[in-house]
Amino acid sequence: MGAQIREYRQRIRTVTATKKITRAMELMAASRVVRAQQAVRESTPYARALTRAVSAVATFSNEDHPLTTEHEDVRRAAVVIMTSDRGLAGAYSSSVIKESERLVAALREDGKEVVPYLLGRKVIGYYRFRHREPAAEWSGSSEKPTFELAREVGERLVADFTTPTDEGGIDEVHVVFTRFVTMVTQEPDVIRLLPLEVVEGEEAPDDDDLLPLYSFEPGAGQVLDALLPKYVNARLFNCMLQAAASELAARQRAMKSATDNAEELIKKYTRLANQARQAEITQEISEIVGGASALAEST
Amino acid sequence: MSSLQVELVAADRKVWEGEASQVSARSIEGDLGILPGHQPLLCVLAEGEVRVNSGGSWRSAQIDGGFLSVDHDRVTIVAESVDASGMGS
Repeated sequence: MGAQIREYRQRIRTVTATKKITRAMELMAASRVVRAQQAVRESTPYARALTRAVSAVATFSNEDHPLTTEHEDVRRAAVVIMTSDRGLAGAYSSSVIKESERLVAALREDGKEVVPYLLGRKVIGYYRFRHREPAAEWSGSSEKPTFELAREVGERLVADFTTPTDEGGIDEVHVVFTRFVTMVTQEPDVIRLLPLEVVEGEEAPDDDDLLPLYSFEPGAGQVLDALLPKYVNARLFNCMLQAAASELAARQRAMKSATDNAEELIKKYTRLANQARQAEITQEISEIVGGASALAEST
Repeated sequence: MSSLQVELVAADRKVWEGEASQVSARSIEGDLGILPGHQPLLCVLAEGEVRVNSGGSWRSAQIDGGFLSVDHDRVTIVAESVDASGMGS
């Protein structure tokens, strides 16, 4: 029997096994992306309440806060990069890394020293391979970020931001993450987290929805002290949730095309195997016929 | 008498929403009670219990610190993590 047929059949078997895996991953990502989107939605009441409160304080008091004041001489800029922990998500991680490299180059051009904070094993591996030393790294929950992680990262960033630059502090914080636009579009995006700019919701407040004249307890300053770190955490958490949803959507798409590709390959190899089998049969027949006629001629 | 519209919000979800006649919480300066018609207030909460009197019965939740805002009888209690086992349904 032709070695060729065996080879084709072997290939078909391996591709079928791979297809089963990619199909399973596709389905898993598809079900998780729904949950991830839901998590993004569920975190909005908190973010909305915080934004409203922060803008109330900002409107009715002239408090200056360390987290909102621009440092005069920006020398060290932190870049927080959010990627996935696992691969097989198409260009998801690499496009975030590419975006971050662009930002790092731009910051360096302005004469700033870049301090990287890494989230997700992919970017940690990228930095380690290039022997670059990150300031901090977190990994292990890129698909399902917890608020505890956002709080940990936020507290670290706020602590470093309030440290004087000469003692290893930072002057501004940028976050590179993937914004979840729709199921089919996710784009890498950069926001400046610190110093804070309070972003109001897109919709303009109605006339009867004007912020009332709040009294602050214990005082506007203390309220701001308590609110702003929480606001930082909430924004980080939102970025992480969007990144998680984007990762899963990217993985679903990548796995879908891998499955399609496997199907295509199986079809191709089945054709080739059939052709080889047919060729073998034809050859056998012609050998028999040729042998018989040679015998007939010799008698 | 009018009533309060109360919203209890944690970082990752909305824990509870409903009408109440009274809310009490612990601010960092001491216990605080809110009745309908309270003046607009923004107040920092300490770690502790938040209690909501809804329909004649008290519901309570443990929070890890957060803040509370009151305006036009709308009370929003915001905390990073909330243990809502005492909130009932």
